[in-house]
This record gives sequence, structure tokens and C-alpha cells, in this order.
Amino acid sequence: MTPEEEATLVAAAKEGDSDAFSELFKATSTEVYTLAFRLTGNQEDANDVTQEAYLRAWRSLKRFRGDSRFSTWMFRVTVNCAMSHLARRNKTSHEELPDDTGMADERPEADPATMAEAGALRDRLTSALADLPPRLRAVVVLRDVYDLPHDAIAAELGITEAAAKVRLHRARRKLRERLFPMPGEESARAV
Amino acid sequence: MRSDRSTNGTVTCEAVAAALPGIVDGLGVADLPMRHHVDGCLRCQAELVQYRKVLKALHQLRTEVLEPEPGLLPDILSSIGAAGERRAMGFLLSGRRAAYVGGIAAATAAGAAGAIVLASRARHRRVRLAS
Repeated sequence: MTPEEEATLVAAAKEGDSDAFSELFKATSTEVYTLAFRLTGNQEDANDVTQEAYLRAWRSLKRFRGDSRFSTWMFRVTVNCAMSHLARRNKTSHEELPDDTGMADERPEADPATMAEAGALRDRLTSALADLPPRLRAVVVLRDVYDLPHDAIAAELGITEAAAKVRLHRARRKLRERLFPMPGEESARAV
Repeated sequence: MRSDRSTNGTVTCEAVAAALPGIVDGLGVADLPMRHHVDGCLRCQAELVQYRKVLKALHQLRTEVLEPEPGLLPDILSSIGAAGERRAMGFLLSGRRAAYVGGIAAATAAGAAGAIVLASRARHRRVRLAS
């Protein structure tokens, strides 16, 4: 879709044309869903966040000034929705691990030999990302997958740039420990 | 556990391990003593390589596009359609309200204008009779 076509559809959608919005939706939904999945770490939450993001976009489309592409705007709406969704869920659940908790994986498939057979690094990385605490996952996904600068990440997540850097540091360390444990770390995790 | 045997000058493997996540992408800079330590320490070199592999794998996720399950898209479209109908109804209602208010305002203005005309005619008549 060209920027001109997109602008025409956005203008029509702003006037309440839901067919135009559906076209915008079809053009961006895969990217939005992928981002939602990366930020939430599971399919169910990604579905909820995707749905919420488009409904929020539809309701607040009047405020979209067209300074950026619609897809860029949707990216920001999706990040906001994902963070709100995860925050809401954490209020009603105590499943989230604190940042400094180890990521010992005791599932049978976590056995190194089984894991080596089971999979490619990407699959293991996806699984390790899903197991990260949400606030660490958000930073590492936005920085190392989507290549956002630290200041933009801080702005999106409503935190300071220094906090974003600290979280990124922790997230990378946890992923490295999970994917490539050093000899000492393996025994430490097993304790 | 990392041992003191890994110590090289003033920089230890622990110090390198703590710094690696922040410098692996080139945004942070390792100072000269740290670089010297890594150059001479196989363990730290291995850890650096592992961080680079993690970073590369993360970058590669950007090219992977995940397809939502087939039922999701129709669900969202129908929700948007329903929200669209509500919004269209809102437009209609707000349009009728505007027309109603506009009608009352026009009628009030017309009534006021008529009253002014009648009052001015009556005044003219009184002036003529007096003269």
C-alpha cells in the first residue's frame, strides 16, 4: 500500500468508514500480531492485545494526525496495549518473577540433549523470551528485535532511559545464561 | 564459579561478564584494560561470542512474521464493524441533535426579529398620531 493510498483510507476511516479501516487492518495485522506476540510471549495474550489495539485505534483515529505512517502509529498503540494488558494481568496474578530470579527450567524438554535435538536456536530463543519477566522482555524486544533507540523505548514504556538500559542489560544476561549457560551457571541453576 | 585464576591485571572475568551485555552491540565501549583482558582470556572470549549469537538471533526474529490464528481476524473485524455502527449511530444522533438545536435557534431569532419589527411599527404609528 502506498502512502497516498494509506492516507486516503485513513481519511475515510476518520469519517467513520469501517470498510476503509478494515483495509488498513488487513495491511498491518500480521505485523501487529507479531509484535504483540513478541511482547506478551504467548498466543492467547497476543490475540487479546491485537484485538484491543485495533479497537483502540478505531476509537482514537481522530487523534491520528498523519505525521507518521499508519503502521508506525499502530506499532505504538500495540506497545501501549501490550504494556497495559500485562500490567492488568499482573495485578490479578502473582506469576511474574522478579527481575533477579533465576530462570531455572525444570521441564523435561529443558534437558540439554533433548533441547539440542528439539531445536533451532530461534525456537529456544522464543521460549526464553516468553519466560522473561514482561518488563525485561519489552525492552529487549524493542531494542534488539525492533531496533528502537533507548530514548524511544523509554518514552514508549514510560520509564527513564537509564532504567531502560538496566533492563536491557539484565534481559540480555538472562537470555545468554538460558541459551548458553557457562559451566558454573549450570550447576548454580540446578541448586 | 569464576576463580581468581582468571584475573588478568586489575580486570577480572566477573567485571567483564558484568560489562558484556552492555557493550556487545557496540553502543557501550570497553576500556583498554578490559579489552586486553578479553584478548588474553578464552573464557571471556567464549562468553562474548555467546552474547553475539544471542544478539544475532534476536535481530533475526525481526524478519520472522507470525500469522494470527484464522479465527482472530474475522473476530476483530466484526468488533470493529460493531464499533463502527455504534459510532455511525452516534454521528446520526449528534447530527439530529444539532439540527434540533439549530431549528430552535432559528425560530427564536425569527420571533425576536418579528417582535422588533412590530415594536418599531407601533412606535412610528404613535409618532404620526402625535404629529
